[in-house]
Amino acid sequence: MTSELTMGPLLFHWPAETRRDFWFRVADEAPVDTVYLGETVCSKREPFFNPHIEEVSERLTRAGKRVVWSSLAQVVTAIDRRASTGIAEFEAADIEANDASLLPLLRRKPHRIGQYLNVYNEATITHLASNGAYHFSLQPELPAETISRLTEAAEAAGATTEVQVFGRVTLALSARCYHARAHGRTKDNCLFVCESDADGMELQTRSHHKFLAINGIQTLSHRYLELSAEIPLLVAMGVSAFRLSPHSLDMIEVARAYRQLLDGRISTDETFAKLAGLGMPQPVMNGFFHRKPGYLHVGAQPELS
Amino acid sequence: MSNQTDLLKAKPELVCPAGTPAALRAAVDSGADAVYCGLANETNARNFAGLNFTPDLLEQGIAYARGHGTKVLLAVNSFATAPRTQLWFDAIDTAARLGVDAVIVADIGVASYAAERHPQLRLHLSVQAGASSPEAIRYYCSEFNVKRVVLPRILTVTEIAAIHREIPCEIEAFVFGNIGMMSEGRCSLTNYVTGTSTNMDGVCSPANAVHYMDLPDGSKTAELGDFEIDCFAPGEHAGYPTICKGRYLSPVRKEPYYAFEEPVSLNLSSLLPDLIAAGVTALKIEGRQRSRSYVQAVVSAYRRAVDDIVAGRWHDLSGLVALTEGGKETQGAFQTKKWR
Amino acid sequence: MAEENLKDLKLPVVIGKLLAPLPLFPLQFILSRMVKGITQRRPEFFARLGPHIGSSYALDVTELPFVLLLKPNPQKPEMTAHRRSEKIASDASISGPFMDLFKVLDGRGDSDAMFFSGNIKVSGNTEAAVCLRYALDDLEGSVIEDLLHMGGPVLMPAHLLLQRLRRLEIQT
Repeated sequence: MTSELTMGPLLFHWPAETRRDFWFRVADEAPVDTVYLGETVCSKREPFFNPHIEEVSERLTRAGKRVVWSSLAQVVTAIDRRASTGIAEFEAADIEANDASLLPLLRRKPHRIGQYLNVYNEATITHLASNGAYHFSLQPELPAETISRLTEAAEAAGATTEVQVFGRVTLALSARCYHARAHGRTKDNCLFVCESDADGMELQTRSHHKFLAINGIQTLSHRYLELSAEIPLLVAMGVSAFRLSPHSLDMIEVARAYRQLLDGRISTDETFAKLAGLGMPQPVMNGFFHRKPGYLHVGAQPELS
Repeated sequence: MSNQTDLLKAKPELVCPAGTPAALRAAVDSGADAVYCGLANETNARNFAGLNFTPDLLEQGIAYARGHGTKVLLAVNSFATAPRTQLWFDAIDTAARLGVDAVIVADIGVASYAAERHPQLRLHLSVQAGASSPEAIRYYCSEFNVKRVVLPRILTVTEIAAIHREIPCEIEAFVFGNIGMMSEGRCSLTNYVTGTSTNMDGVCSPANAVHYMDLPDGSKTAELGDFEIDCFAPGEHAGYPTICKGRYLSPVRKEPYYAFEEPVSLNLSSLLPDLIAAGVTALKIEGRQRSRSYVQAVVSAYRRAVDDIVAGRWHDLSGLVALTEGGKETQGAFQTKKWR
Repeated sequence: MAEENLKDLKLPVVIGKLLAPLPLFPLQFILSRMVKGITQRRPEFFARLGPHIGSSYALDVTELPFVLLLKPNPQKPEMTAHRRSEKIASDASISGPFMDLFKVLDGRGDSDAMFFSGNIKVSGNTEAAVCLRYALDDLEGSVIEDLLHMGGPVLMPAHLLLQRLRRLEIQT
């Protein structure tokens, strides 16, 4: 079975036209099999992109991509609830549930489980699969052995697994908007200040070490996850899909690099060199996979010319 | 006071922390209606060296609490992680064998094991499950027969009242103690920095990764792993380096600032009548990692406050500020949405 | 009258001054007896120290002229006093004003709160220090009273001192 390459949901609040054009390019050029649309971070952002959502999903579908609707990761307010549960009303839609709010609405209906819903063991896989889940996008913090066990359990339940291999990873969610807070505002009167940071707002320690990235209510790693060296092992474990998380660098080229790696046409080192050439910030991280502090990079960083 | 009788009818349960047997006895002696504790391993969210209970100590604790009419709840509220899943199942079996009054669970796998193997065991849904909407809560109720939900500390009293009307189970709400800024059960900041995971290992900001360093100018840095979480001027008190309470630099700020939250503690004493009226069944005090003298002070103060409110008397908890983190207190999200 | 003087002079400072000229030897004897007594009376203390049972702790009371080194190994527990001029190696060091450390040992202080308000300082292996705090906290009642009970008549004056310290604590 060939490995699937997926383009994860866009986490950042890009201007609607930029976002539309990004997905158009993905439709026309990116060698990905599945794309995740939908606002996963902040329900207040959703109305901006709504006017374009139909044309985007049509173009992606026409290009042969499978379109999945990824749901809001945290459901607190009435608007969140409408945004989250509203998705379930699309009968034909392929839905990725990122919060337990959707589980009762998706009962016995084939659906996906997103990386924000806590899946750490076989029993959780079995339970969710019995509720209708057929694909699990795993948490970025899971170590190799856990990924392997969960993939086995998913296979036994007739389901598949997906692992993020590129991009900043989600580390925390909050009810509070940290973007608004940085600008002396609150979530309710945020003026969408998050729009100015295409890859999140960087936080440094007081001694000027790069540390985290803020994206509204979400806290991300400062470093980019880059698992090209781990992909052969993940494939051997039975992981069937590999997720790229969109950033402002040329994601089409990023997708091409990983596609070539998955097809065995280029090596890990060559993949890394291509990504570096595209402006991927370095150093990258892979610590979680190796059960080390997540921000670390374990193993020799490929040599770069 | 027409709702006075309603309040009396709905006298809430005071749920108190017990990190050690001594703290358990202090909580029981100070008037706790229930105490909650954890086993000394990864199965609970306060897995710190030196804290928590062996099964034997738990058994003794249950006997002591029972003798005083106090319930014991066991927190098995971290996330069972393959390939160590059995450890969490064993904790559930232990809870059932010792006859705890309820188990506080967060993980779907653990909840499903408990509901299947020990259907008589009462389940509470931990705050770590992050169930913040009626739909999510109802799911846990219908699938695992959960009897009570511990609500995340991110909801306003009005939102709590609205949730209460839409769910079939009891509500437990935090009223005092440390407040984490990140949604519970969805934070891997500690793992990012230290390699130890809050969800998988039950540890937030582990002490073995904490370092304080004195600088030549008399200031002091507090580090977690390789990262400086804060730096304190001479004379400024050096807090514990929790990532979500550190000061950082941002491109839009001139000075280092608390990017997430200042080190404050939650104190909802003045909102207690509103919480009770909103339908909260149980009031929870945080602090399994705190000393027994803290437990004694907070529990007795809250015992008096709850009794006063129910009896229609005025109450005052201002003396508790000294026990709060950084000596500052907040009502967090509970009072107003502006907190967000 | 005497008590008035003590209050003016700050009692812990007085204790420090009184102890300063003493040779460390008799103190070593008393400390060693104290630790052995705890070992016998409070075995649960060691269970709670768990992974840090082999750690060593420097207890540095600001007003005292010496530093205490605690090695809570149950087979051979040790507490020794060292002059500040000695360089002693320890896994963790806990320092603070006499009154605060006294409250913790006396079972009435909220060491956590003292941490947050900056009175007690910890360096070295923070986990070992926090673990010791939990272990001490789980000892029901007052460790100091325990010590005094096993001290016998030799420590009688200390009983009076304890009462005085507790009274002083209320005033401060």
